[in-house]
Formats: sequence, C-alpha cells, structure tokens
Amino acid sequence: MENFFSDNPALKHHLTHPLMKHIIDLKERNYVEKDQYDYAPVDFEDAMDSYEKVMEIIGEICGEVLAPNAEANDHEGPQLINNEVIYAKGTQESYQKLVDAGVYGMAMPRRYGGLNFSIVPYVMAAEMVSRADAGFSNIWGLQDCAETILEFGDEAQKEKFITRVCKGETMAMDLTEPDAGSDLQAVQLKATLNENGEWRLNGVKRFITNGDAHIALVLARSEEGTKDARGLSLFIYDRNDKAVKIRRIENKLGIKGSPTCELVFEDAPAVLVGSRKMGLIKYVMSLMNGARLGVGAQSVGIADAAYREAIKYAQEREQFGRPIIQFPAVYEMLTIMRIKTEATRALLYETSRAVDIYKAWDAISEERKLEKEEREEQKKYSKKADILTPILKLMSSEYCNQNTYDAIQVFGGTGYMKDFPVERLYRDARITSIYEGTSQLQVVAAIKGVGSGLISNIIKEYEETPIPEELIRLRERLMTLTQQYDEVSGYAQALQNTDAWDFLGRRIVEIAGNIIMGYLLIFDAARNDYFVNSAEIFIKKIESENSDKSAYILNFKVNDLALYQINDQEITQ
Amino acid sequence: MSFRIVVLAKQVPDTRNVGKDAMKADGTVNRAALPAIFNPEDLNALELALQMKDEIENAEVIVLTMGPFRAAEIIREAMYRGADKGYLITDRKFAGSDTLATSYALSLAVKKLFPCDVVIAGRQAIDGDTAQVGPQTAEKLNIPQITYAEELVNITKEHVTIKRRLERGIEIVKSTFPVMITVHSSAPDCRPRHAKLTLKYKHARTLSELQDEDNDYIALRDSRPYLNIQEWTVADLNADDAWLGLGGSPTKVKKIDNVVLTHKEASVLSSSDEDINLLMQELIASHVIG
Repeated sequence: MENFFSDNPALKHHLTHPLMKHIIDLKERNYVEKDQYDYAPVDFEDAMDSYEKVMEIIGEICGEVLAPNAEANDHEGPQLINNEVIYAKGTQESYQKLVDAGVYGMAMPRRYGGLNFSIVPYVMAAEMVSRADAGFSNIWGLQDCAETILEFGDEAQKEKFITRVCKGETMAMDLTEPDAGSDLQAVQLKATLNENGEWRLNGVKRFITNGDAHIALVLARSEEGTKDARGLSLFIYDRNDKAVKIRRIENKLGIKGSPTCELVFEDAPAVLVGSRKMGLIKYVMSLMNGARLGVGAQSVGIADAAYREAIKYAQEREQFGRPIIQFPAVYEMLTIMRIKTEATRALLYETSRAVDIYKAWDAISEERKLEKEEREEQKKYSKKADILTPILKLMSSEYCNQNTYDAIQVFGGTGYMKDFPVERLYRDARITSIYEGTSQLQVVAAIKGVGSGLISNIIKEYEETPIPEELIRLRERLMTLTQQYDEVSGYAQALQNTDAWDFLGRRIVEIAGNIIMGYLLIFDAARNDYFVNSAEIFIKKIESENSDKSAYILNFKVNDLALYQINDQEITQ
Repeated sequence: MSFRIVVLAKQVPDTRNVGKDAMKADGTVNRAALPAIFNPEDLNALELALQMKDEIENAEVIVLTMGPFRAAEIIREAMYRGADKGYLITDRKFAGSDTLATSYALSLAVKKLFPCDVVIAGRQAIDGDTAQVGPQTAEKLNIPQITYAEELVNITKEHVTIKRRLERGIEIVKSTFPVMITVHSSAPDCRPRHAKLTLKYKHARTLSELQDEDNDYIALRDSRPYLNIQEWTVADLNADDAWLGLGGSPTKVKKIDNVVLTHKEASVLSSSDEDINLLMQELIASHVIG
C-alpha cells in the first residue's frame, strides 16, 4: 500500500509542531463541540490523532489512486462536450475517491459539514495531492475559495455554498480577463442590478482554472464608469443557473489534467459577497493569499515528486560500472534537491501556522471582543503571514522548477523522453512561478517587508528563539548573513530611487528568504536530528548565494539602470 | 423491519508483498514479519454490502471476524468505511481451526444475529486460498449461496440479483433472502475510509484491547455505546468444544515445501533471421503455435 503520508516522515514532523497545541486550542474553544458532533475531538491529543488519521486516509488515496492516474490524466486531459467540461477518466476517479472519503472542506466549521481542521493539515493534504498529480491538485485546491465565503459572505451564502463544498462540489476563482492578468484593476466584466434588484454578470473571463466548477467566485465591475480597483466587487455564481458559455479549454504546456477555460457570462445571475467596491481591495487580496499558500503546497509537492523520481533512477542506473548516485556530481545535485524541498516545506508550514493563528483570532473576534494581548497576537501573525506568503510563493515555485530541471538532468537522455514522469513534472512545475502572481509580483509584495522592517523583526525573533547548544554554531553563521542583509538592504534604500529598488528587489528578497529558511531548518533540527544535516547544507548553500547577490547589489549604481534599459532603437534593430 | 447484512471478514498476513522473512525455517508463514491486513476479497464483500445498504432503507451492516484480539482492527476498519458495528469472535479454543471448524463457529455467530437477510464474505483469504469457508457456512446455515459475485445488479427488500464471474463467462442469478454471497476480486474496490466515520469510531475497542492498552478515552465509552466492540467466546456461541480448534479440524497439513522455481535450460537467440527461424521451428514442433 502506497501512502504519501506515512512514507514521508517530514509531514508528521511538521504536523506535530509545538505551536499546534495553541492553534488547535484556539480552533476548538475548549472542545465544546464534542457533545454536538460525534467526530469532534475531546482534547488536544484527540484532535492531533484525528489530524493524523485523516492525513493517512488522504495519503493512501494519493498513493493508491491519484499518483497512478496522473500520467493518463496528463495525456487524456479534459474535454468540452455540450458546454460542459468532462474531466479525464482518471481525474473523475481521483475526485470521486476524495469525495467518498469525506475530506472536502476539512478546514471548514462543523456546522457547515466540515471537520474544523486547522490550515496546516489542509495545506499538507494539498502537498500530498500535488506530489501525486499536480494537474489534479488545482481541482482539489480551489476549494480554498470557500474560505473567502466563510470570511466575507453572509449566513445564507455560507449555508448554501459551504455545505455544498463540504460534500465535494468544486470551485473556481474567475478573476483573469484577456486584458486583466497581473493587473486585476483592469477587470471589465460587468455586474449590473436588474429591476428586481438582482445582480447579473456579462462579459468574458480567460485562463480560468476549473472554469466549469459548481461554484465560482467572480470579480466584476459593479460601478459603471469606474476604471480602477474601487469599482470592482466580488460575486458568487452557481453553475446550476447555467448562464455561462464555455468557449474553449486551453491547450497548455503542463498541468494538463486541469481544465483552463475561457468563459462568457451571459446575463448570469450572481450574488454579491460582502460589500460593493471591496472586491479587489479586500476580498481578492485575501483569496489570493490563500491561493499563493496553495501554490506553495503545490510547488513543494512537485519538488518532492521530482526528487523521489531522480533518486530512484540514480540508484538503479549504472554507468562506468556503478550506480550513478555514487558520482559526486550526481549526489550533490540530488542532495541539493532534497534540501530545497525541505527548506521550502519548512517555510510552507511556518506560513500555514501564522495563517492559522490570525484566522482563528479573526473567527473568535466575531463572537466576542478580543483582549489587548489577543489582538496583538492576531496582528503579529497576520503581518507575519502577509510577508511569508509571497516569500514562500517565490522561493517554492522557483525551487520546484529547479528540482524538475535537475530531475531530468539526473535521468539524462532518458528523462528527455516521454517515457518517465519527470518530463511531466517539468512541464507541470513551470506554471507555479507564473500563476497567482508571478515571481516578479511576489517580490513586489515581499519587498514591502524589507522597507518596513517586518522581515528584520521576523529574523530577530528567530534569532532570539532558544535552540540546543550544538546548533548555536549554525545560528552564528546566519547572524553573519543577517548583518550582510542589513548592509545591502540599507545600501539599496540609500540609493533613494524606486527603479533601483525594484531592480534590486529580487536579490534582496531572496537574501532574506534564504536566512528565514535557514532558521526554520535549524528549528527543525532542534526537534529532529535528521534535519541537522539539512540545515548545515542549506546554510552552506546560502552563504555562497547571499555573498554573490550582496556583491552584485553593493556594486550597483543608479546610473547602471541605463545600461539595462532597452530603448526603441534597439528593439527595431 | 430492518434489513440485516452480515459481512464475514478476516485479518490476514499480507502475503502479496513478501520479503525474505516471510517464511520460517519450518515452512510455515511467519506472521510477525508480515503486516496484518483486511483480507482483500473481504473488502470487496464489504463494498457490496455497503452498496446494498445504500439501496435499501433501514439496512444495517454488521461485521463478524474471528481471530486474536488484534483482529478488532478489522471491525474498526469496516466501521470507518460505513459498517454499523461488528463482533469479534475470539477464544483460545478456536486456535488451529481449519475451514470446517471456522465455518462451524461462524455459522453459530451468524445464527445469533438471525434473522439476517444477507451473509456476505470474500471468496477466499490470501493466507489459505481455500474458498471453502463461505460455502461451508452457507451449508451449516442451510441457506442458498451465490459464489464468485462480481457485481450487485439489483437489490430490493425481496430479491437480490448478482452477476457471477466464472471461468468461461458470467452468470446473472437472482435469489430470495436469506442468502450467502461470496465475492470475487473483480468486484468493485472498497470505498475509502470516510473521514467523519473514522473520527467517530477511532476510539472503538474491545474489552480485551482496553486491558492491554493505556487508554485515555474510557469515559467516552459510557456515553457512546458504539465505541464498545463486543467479543464473543465459545461460551457465548454455545459451541460444542469437539467441533472447535485443532480437535475439530480434520484437515492435517502433511508437509509444506518451499518451492523455488528454476529454469533448467536456456538458450539465447539473437534477432537474426536464422535464429528467428530456429525459434519458429521449435514453437511449431512443440505445438505452441501452428
């Protein structure tokens, strides 16, 4: 029996992080629901045991059903028949198994049919699903949209839609349009009120993942004559209303099992989420943060799958009379692949825990006024999540691309053929650094944390966290890197030029991200000796990387921008 | 009146992925080295039982398993997937039972659950491959039997229609109740464990298990009776000792051989026309083709 939870001890390590006690206590409020629901935990240990049990169920489905289906789903892909998206046969089976296991909506409250799980196991499920079938992981992961309805919808909407998601109905977020990709302020799809006071949607959406979902969140322009974000509102469209034409399914490079659709809304009925004009400014920002965490999970899952394929092949493949894994050039590559997976996985769950804590306080604050200390904790973790999320999205998606690239390298010519899954992983990985905000846009979000000092605060807190004696030598090395970070970020800020700041942004954010992941691996090592080696290697790697980036930044002058700028003359040449 | 479906299930050593420790020096199965699992065809049987439950109002699925204390795991596994409850038939006196003694004990247990409508089990267990327990139990209960079931075609409160998988084709048969059904591995896979049922039943234990473990959830058992898995002993079944265990088992294993298949001769042929011709002649001579 393949089981993607039990064959990966790192998952249990992250699931049992000491902060989980606090998180679960916040989510379960003295375990009051135990008398109301026979599946609610009676105490913390019981809750943790439940998390593990459900992770085992999902891990088994991933290993036994999803992973074996992945290859065929990639070849077969979805079809558009009579304005309906028909998933590949294997996709249908994978979906049905997860529905039968009752695991959809696990992070939703019990009163809507969920399991009231924290974000950590939910993200862990996404990681396992992605390792098994990255294309399918989009169909699974979009249930995340329910979180937005839970946070901002009214009670009737929650009862109507979240209960359906918990039964396995799929979701989509309809944001992108032909002329509104990264720049969502340019969304044009029109929302108008008819004479009965009901909203109707008209217009086109493009590149919509799982476009034929049962329930879709749609960003639309509700305020006529406006041109920016303040004219946009968020709506829920129910597929049962049959008012959307699916124009086509895109033919993509990767994640081919996941249908990406072009949609035409034809006077489609919809209900407004929350308040008018807050669509992009508030709700989509929250939606996007969830989606970015999801891409983080997807990236770690793909990175792990690539590593596993590569190491298996390197053990079996013999050249020059021995398995290629024995050659330094190969085992170095493999070990770096493993470390990249572990470092971004550490960041994935650190971010998830931050989201868990502030969202738990958000939910409590709807029932009672929070005390001062509680509000402070809510704010602290909310800020932490806001900064870690783009760093996670950036680093994990880039690492995942690097891992699949290296996996093909380990396979050599064989990997370039369509005979092994590494070529699929390579194609699947490519989207992760593009959708839900490109890497370049993640830098824009994360660099704010450099300017505001938030990143320094996070690093400071890590620095002050007690660790075992034998790991102090590693921390000292990170403290040296932190001084370097202070120096280069100070230097870049002192240039007092926004273009220069943007130009250097990626390097500065990566320097900071590296330090953060270095600390997280030290904390992992503090709880589990296995990670001592990981932390050691990762810190070695970033010492050289950060020096390189720092030298580049410190050598940079504002005038250098002109060297890189591309003028019209050059383009026409 | 409710509709009662009894599933007979067995915990078996996983003989599908055997490592080198799978067999002891004396040729018997080394149970300690193999993980204990739900017998695969019994899972197919459980799925058909659950499909019947899905179709019929007020149907209940009860799992019966015979084995050591740890076999209670089978009952929990079944409840995680949708079974309503289960009984563990356990007693030292059952040790060493062959198929005759096992079916005797199982038939007594099923009688305790009478009136029941369907008794269903896997065709055979992977640790013995006899396919005898189901039919023998039906004979002892004096009820009709449908073996090699592959698909539940239809079920009402009066009849069940089953597709049978036979060596040279299929057969569609219809029966009244009560009926014994044994299920073939070509039947649908069992549904996965359901998250909410798993969380609901995960603390379910037999009394014997509770004695052996340090369990923090004993208090829960008083308010939630479904967490108590009942055990039935020889006394509970009013069984005759003479028909039980080794004494009640006429099957005697004379000898177990560890057979290692070796090929005696091999010849290597190239893809040249000459060699292919040679191969063809040999195949025709041995009547493999032509």
